[in-house]
Amino acid sequence: MKIHTEVNGDAVEIEAEPRTTLADALRHALGLTGTHLGCEHGVCGACTVIVDGRAVRSCLMLAVQAEGARVVTVEGLSDDEALSPLQASFRKHHALQCGFCTPGMITTAHALLSDEPDADADRIRDVLSGNLCRCTGYINIVEAVLDARAAYRGGD
Amino acid sequence: MKLPSLDYAAPATLEDAVRLLAAHDGDAIPIAGGQSLMPVLAFRLAAPALLVDLGKLPGLDRIDISASGIGLGALVCWRDIEDDARLATAHPLLAQAIRHVAHYQIRNRGTVGGSLAHADPAAELPGIAVACDAEIRLVGPAGARTVTADDFFLGPLMTALEPDELVVELRLPPWPAGRRWGFEEFSRRRGDFALAGIAAHYDLAADGTARDVHIGVIGACDRPHRLTTAEALLNGSRIDDDTIAAAASAACREVDPTGDMHGDADYRRALVGTLVERALGAS
Repeated sequence: MKIHTEVNGDAVEIEAEPRTTLADALRHALGLTGTHLGCEHGVCGACTVIVDGRAVRSCLMLAVQAEGARVVTVEGLSDDEALSPLQASFRKHHALQCGFCTPGMITTAHALLSDEPDADADRIRDVLSGNLCRCTGYINIVEAVLDARAAYRGGD
Repeated sequence: MKLPSLDYAAPATLEDAVRLLAAHDGDAIPIAGGQSLMPVLAFRLAAPALLVDLGKLPGLDRIDISASGIGLGALVCWRDIEDDARLATAHPLLAQAIRHVAHYQIRNRGTVGGSLAHADPAAELPGIAVACDAEIRLVGPAGARTVTADDFFLGPLMTALEPDELVVELRLPPWPAGRRWGFEEFSRRRGDFALAGIAAHYDLAADGTARDVHIGVIGACDRPHRLTTAEALLNGSRIDDDTIAAAASAACREVDPTGDMHGDADYRRALVGTLVERALGAS
């Protein structure tokens, strides 16, 4: 079936079976492989994208359910020329090692800070509890998100 | 793994949705947020011919708060409940319990109707529904009917919902000012399924004793239910350290948990007692 949606600001038409998850449609139909698939059943958070302003797991959503929606993936958060504030902060704080979970961390943190630019460490930990990282132990990730908050204050 | 092959429909009216379910005779499943159903499909525990997406149905995304109680439409998301500042006073027990539902991304899509229909014994909303004498409104080919929460949840992932019926609303009775309450649950990681959880509330009579005590348990049971022996001990009593200890002890004896890899039956039984103490202590 044909699905019409907006991905990273561009109107797109995706041809996909009804059973196709949004994650697979983004990766296979659009080549947006920044969205990573870890568990494919809603546990690891690696596939997090932003749909109509809310961070969601793209493995737990059918592509067809994104009909008419605005989807933002990790690719949509920077312009390829410069790092986004969160990306820069993740690099500065060494908040990634293998990088597999990073797109999910960044999209989740972006959605959070867009709504709550003053989120404290407890709130950040609560929100990122839905994203698994097997390398870092999370401390540097929380510090990176805390440090990126300034860029979200007073309008992003 | 990838989902099984299936068809998809997104009807525009409740009548059309029910008609599609009825026409497929049990081989169609409603989907809304999909936060429980999508993993079920990914594990191939279900392989329906048709998914009926309720996302386009009008009017089911409302939170109604009035003197007659609180209505949560089937398409209300956890995030909507978290963001509704009225609920902090209109139903603080609900507001507190919903903070424990899964993780941020799941709270952004998971729905009231989906949680009720999925009926996970560890889920928070079914526990609140049972602990608060809620009613669940259903619609099917024969029209609407209302089922009490206690009659709705039959066992693990089992409800009174017929295959051609939909949950349309959860109705919670009004929350009196001054009602005392507590909600406590324990899971090994933040956002994981509760090994056990307790929702408790009661009203205070003029002489300081408790009236209308309700204690609901989730997690350490095959369906959410009230702990009526513990409630009976507290009705008409003052809530103090002694009565709380007696209620916790009764709750341990009353609950009938099954063990699994996350916690054996004895552990869950002890946990129920501890959580009853904490919930009443916080009330």
